[in-house]
Amino acid sequence: MFTRILTSALFAGAAAGLITALLQLYFVQPVLLHAELYEGGDLVHFGSSSTVSAHQDVSGFEAVRDGLSVVFTMLVYSGYAMVLVALMSQAEERGATINGRTGLMWGVAGFVAVHFAPGFSLAPEVPGVAAADVGDRQIWWFATVLTATLAMWLIAFGKSWTAWGAAAILLLAPHVIGAPEPAVFTGPVPTEIGAHFAARAFGVGMVAWVLLGCLAGYFWQREGTGSANGQAA
Amino acid sequence: MNAQATTVSQSHSKAGFGIAVFAALIGLAIVSITGHVQASTLHDAAHDVRHATGFPCH
Repeated sequence: MFTRILTSALFAGAAAGLITALLQLYFVQPVLLHAELYEGGDLVHFGSSSTVSAHQDVSGFEAVRDGLSVVFTMLVYSGYAMVLVALMSQAEERGATINGRTGLMWGVAGFVAVHFAPGFSLAPEVPGVAAADVGDRQIWWFATVLTATLAMWLIAFGKSWTAWGAAAILLLAPHVIGAPEPAVFTGPVPTEIGAHFAARAFGVGMVAWVLLGCLAGYFWQREGTGSANGQAA
Repeated sequence: MNAQATTVSQSHSKAGFGIAVFAALIGLAIVSITGHVQASTLHDAAHDVRHATGFPCH
């Protein structure tokens, strides 16, 4: 069974990660590079007399930097896929149907739990924005992802209002408590770029997770069919 | 289902749970190392991905 989880997760994670990396390089990276011009002080925009053009040439492919981004995106989504497929295996043991089609719903739930829930209070940050201590934000991020994952499981597989009520509390709690925020705003990056970046990060993240869920469900089912045939033979 | 079959199915399910937990922990470790460890080499290599994926960075 471990081989089945590992194989399905690696296929799904590598494929979803590669497509996500390409989408990020095309849609997210130019916004990030644009922000870095402000972060590094090459551009300064504040003041009513600002004449800095909103259109900067930030195109171009940097082999090492972008290559590393592709490798790390594939690694991140393979890691997520290991967790996702492990959860799928347990859901199947309890009677759930796992395939490419139901995997779509798992992907949407994964996006909500891992990307949207923490991002609701801790928006995807463009470089150069003011933020609280990174350690504090990481603790809040992990706690939020954990509670949101539990909540999505309870919503999907709970059978009573107690379970669904607990899910609502788990989803709300981290945001009512509040994410670590900076004491003062010092970011030199225009708010337009920050908003654009957050929207693009969420959009690509959603595509990534829907793909990951669909592929994980598909490969899990396919690997299972193969081993069942193998045992029968 | 007779008693023996029930026992086999239960122990199979328990083993399956353990394996699933093990796999999930490996996945969590991969995400933590690639997305969250602040060692400067890792941070620099994964910088753009961390921002684009919405991880806390810097």
